[in-house]
Amino acid sequence: MREYMTTRDIVGPLLLIESVTDVTYGELVELEYPDGTKSLGNVLEVNGDVALVQAFEGTRGSNPSGTKAKFLGRSLELGVSRDMLGRVFDGLGRPNDGGPEIIPDKRLSIYGSPINPTARDFPDDFIQTGVSAIDGLNPLVRGQKLPIFSGSGLPHNELAAQIARQAAVLARSAQADVVGEKLEGEFAVVFAAMGITFEDADFFTQEFRTTSAIERAVLFLNLADDPAVERIATPRMALTAAEYLAYECDMHVLVILTDMTYYCEALREVSAARKEVPGRRGYPGYLYTDLATIYERAGRVKGRAGSITQVPILSMPDDDKTHPIPDLTGYITEGQIILDRNLHRRGIYPPVAVLPSLSRLKQKGIGPGKTREDHADLSNQLFGAYARGLQAKELAVILGEAALSDSDKAFVAFADAFEDRFIRQGKHEERTVAETLALGWELVSLLPRSEIKRIKDEYVDKYMPTETEA
Amino acid sequence: MEQGKIVKVAGPLVVAEGLIESRMYDLVRVGNEGLMGEIIEMRGDRASIQVYEETEGLGPGDPVDATGAPLSVELGPGMLESVYDGVQRPLDVLERMTGAFLTRGVTAPGLDREKRWEFVATVSAGDRVSGGDIIGTVQENVVIEHRIMVPPSKAGTIADITSGTYTVTDAVAHLKTDSGEIVPLTMMQVWPVRMARPHARRVSATEPLTTGTRVIDTFFPIVMGGVSCIPGPFGAGKTVTQHQIAKWSNAEVVIFIGCGERGNEMTDVLMEFPELVDPYSGEPLMKRTVLVANTSNMPVAAREASVYTGITMAEYFRDMGYNVVLQADSTSRWAEAMREISGRLEEMPGDEGFPAYLGTKLAAFYERAGKVECLGATAAGGDVRTGSISVVGSVSPPGGDLSEPVVQNTLRVVKVFWALQDQLAFQRHFPAIDWLTSYSLYLDKVTPFWNSHVSEEYRSRRDTCMAILQRENELAEIVRLVGLEALSAEEQILMETAKTIREDFLQQNAFREDDQFSSLKEQDLLLKTILLFHERAIEAHAKGAALKDIFSAPVRERITRAKYLGTENIAEYDSIASDIETQLVGGGADESARAVYAGGER
Ligand SMILES: Nc1ncnc2c1ncn2[C@@H]1O[C@H](COP(=O)(O)OP(=O)(O)O)[C@@H](O)[C@H]1O
Repeated sequence: MREYMTTRDIVGPLLLIESVTDVTYGELVELEYPDGTKSLGNVLEVNGDVALVQAFEGTRGSNPSGTKAKFLGRSLELGVSRDMLGRVFDGLGRPNDGGPEIIPDKRLSIYGSPINPTARDFPDDFIQTGVSAIDGLNPLVRGQKLPIFSGSGLPHNELAAQIARQAAVLARSAQADVVGEKLEGEFAVVFAAMGITFEDADFFTQEFRTTSAIERAVLFLNLADDPAVERIATPRMALTAAEYLAYECDMHVLVILTDMTYYCEALREVSAARKEVPGRRGYPGYLYTDLATIYERAGRVKGRAGSITQVPILSMPDDDKTHPIPDLTGYITEGQIILDRNLHRRGIYPPVAVLPSLSRLKQKGIGPGKTREDHADLSNQLFGAYARGLQAKELAVILGEAALSDSDKAFVAFADAFEDRFIRQGKHEERTVAETLALGWELVSLLPRSEIKRIKDEYVDKYMPTETEA
Repeated sequence: MEQGKIVKVAGPLVVAEGLIESRMYDLVRVGNEGLMGEIIEMRGDRASIQVYEETEGLGPGDPVDATGAPLSVELGPGMLESVYDGVQRPLDVLERMTGAFLTRGVTAPGLDREKRWEFVATVSAGDRVSGGDIIGTVQENVVIEHRIMVPPSKAGTIADITSGTYTVTDAVAHLKTDSGEIVPLTMMQVWPVRMARPHARRVSATEPLTTGTRVIDTFFPIVMGGVSCIPGPFGAGKTVTQHQIAKWSNAEVVIFIGCGERGNEMTDVLMEFPELVDPYSGEPLMKRTVLVANTSNMPVAAREASVYTGITMAEYFRDMGYNVVLQADSTSRWAEAMREISGRLEEMPGDEGFPAYLGTKLAAFYERAGKVECLGATAAGGDVRTGSISVVGSVSPPGGDLSEPVVQNTLRVVKVFWALQDQLAFQRHFPAIDWLTSYSLYLDKVTPFWNSHVSEEYRSRRDTCMAILQRENELAEIVRLVGLEALSAEEQILMETAKTIREDFLQQNAFREDDQFSSLKEQDLLLKTILLFHERAIEAHAKGAALKDIFSAPVRERITRAKYLGTENIAEYDSIASDIETQLVGGGADESARAVYAGGER
């Protein structure tokens, strides 16, 4: 065991420790400060006999001369086992629900290894979330990473909880025009909180408890008053647990990471302390790569039954989508669900801004057998018509309703009905995809037939509700 | 070979001392696991090394072994249909060796050493050959004949050569050099990635690279040997556009570099390409494709190398006389890899932390594209062998901001700019290529080809449509302020035509089988049809037809659906034209279709 009392500098969360030998990059360090507090850390850089260590649990109480550093010869690991289900851990993977230690089946490095692209299996199983704005237009697919871009005060927690509660996979259907049965109890949930408030975290724990989803959940909690740097490890802890459950226990795992913004701020803090050349808005230049090592841990692997689906949540500073955190996230994830303050103000839940939201895997996840043959065309039509309706509304603001052509008026009426009936739904209302599609068809029927350009005629004939006299 | 020792480890960068004889860009083996690395800076006896694998667990004192050779790729039969990482490790082979997750320190050669290929000699003993000359061929797969060439720097007389089955490292021939030395020639060449392969001379490119995507081929064409970029915020359609080009373009070989992008996108290509049929060869698309996949979560230094690995392979196929298209998705991630390494080297940063040499590196990369006369003797018929590399680079500007350094430096060197707009994507106008800001500097170059291969009117039709779209944009402002009624009838017709161009020509659904590919001929006919309606509408209105009736003429439905006709049904366009005549001016053949004009008289 290599133990040193040779700390020279302490800068923010970083310690510079001298005269060390055999230290390796990424090595785990146990720090003990003069006041008896302890912290884990890891080696960020080693130069000759000097190691730069980042302390996960803060450096308060430390002092260069009295700090003891023990180098443990391994990297940060998580002991994993099936018994983690139903348990709550802190941000570094230690039980904090008063329960016993986990007897690990294995100890795994929290950094994982990249999935070989040739070993990936393409995500193409539709997940029914029961939320029309998602299922109908931007469907989630098993193995996808689909973040929620939100803002302070918006109901992202409610939406994430609703997804976690309702997520279900459908059986394959032999008929193109019939949606398959819902399969029960398919998902385990791994939940990682980074820097969120106690109340927010409590909302989720209660939510899991009351729906007894807790037996299928593993929670890692780093709250607002927990050490910031610890947050850098938390999502990796969660994903390590998820990988174990998915690839070794054959479970379908839904991972909720919230709030990625606080995670990124912790990275920025470390980067600033290292005096690195900052990229946009002070975030480190490697933020993209770093986020990718988290998000890319979603997926499916050939020959293994389980899968990892990620729903990261991030709050956009100033509701700004071009801020580096949502921006870089959007470049990595397979789409995004964007929440909109205007819809929220107007009392619409879930306030999903349909147009800028996107699910890149939707082509693969919907259609005959998976959902229904008309799904893709219908969703294109709904998108197109809603976009046109919003444009017409803008026009009406400037020129007055009267200036609109008849077809524009029809689109305005469509857009209003779409927001009110399709997007809006109860927090505990679960709509099957068949119900969502039926609703979509009812709305499409508000449009003049000649404007229904994106749906194949055969589907219009087959699915369009018959005239309910005006 | 000499051995050095690690003194510093900082992420993907390792500093070692004791590497005195090594040179810049030499490949080294780092640590006890022999991780691949490349020397990127030398100060005194200290070498800075970028390591292509995860460096966790490395520490001072660990060994670094020199190899004395620069980072290189292996070129020869077996590249097609492969999937490599950024430093040409075959990912499918690694999967077989170590399973689903990438493990450090495991490597395999880029070309299979066991596989035997049928080599057919095309020169004979006694023939004088020099660099680039073709000495034989291997039918690599049903689509591509692999031409075995004399390496660029070698020349002499063929001492012996025999057709037969060989592995890539077997000598298929021997060369007697002018100094009398006998050197073996194998089917495999090894070439340092950071050095462009030589050619005889650059020539001007005038033949379009047809992609089947209407907005590209008609409005903003690229030539075989051209360079273009697709910048756009996330979700605007960079990847789909690149995939479309990889799938449907008339290049003979496709090199697709997934540089720091999503793992699932590579999987998508891997699953789809073997299934899709190349419209030109009738064989699976994968047979003409090489994939370089260094996804965002794979080591960042290998990402930096991946574009060089890809372009070197492209040059090699070009040297055989093929037209190659290389797609780099995304060059921004490549630039960021440079930035990251540069930061670790503590270099002085330029704009937004990117190294000051960003512009130079980007320019040097795009400069490796182009159409060339290949090195080596002319073919038997006296034809000069030419080959080309077209490069299509996607750019992922932060926040969609086109003033950022990677976009700006790229725009200085590329000739085609396909600007993707998120507003268009939100409206599900795909491809979301903005027709007002995009440009192609190859337009005049391809016009003669269009004239002789498509139609004499294609160019002028294209220009007319472009003018209509421009005018629409100006008029849209007026409409926004005072409403459609403020426009003259002719202007209203123009607005309607512009809408048709946008919706029925520019929009193209990459996921609809009957829409994803449009031949130049079809593109021209579609334009012709839209413009015919436009002209006839103006005439009909002049003769008294009401706009409302013109716009609701039943033939418009047929125009809307024309893009789905497909090459087999090209004759339909005549009948649509006849309908236009009948319905708008009453002059067509079809009696039963009542003319709007006649309707106007009612
Ligand atoms: N030509 C197209 N046809 C239909 N859909 C498209 C087209 N181009 C883009 N899309 C849609 O836009 C989404 C995002 O495109 P993508 O190429 O992945 O964007 P980027 O690479 O710019 O982030 C796709 O998942 C698809 O739904």
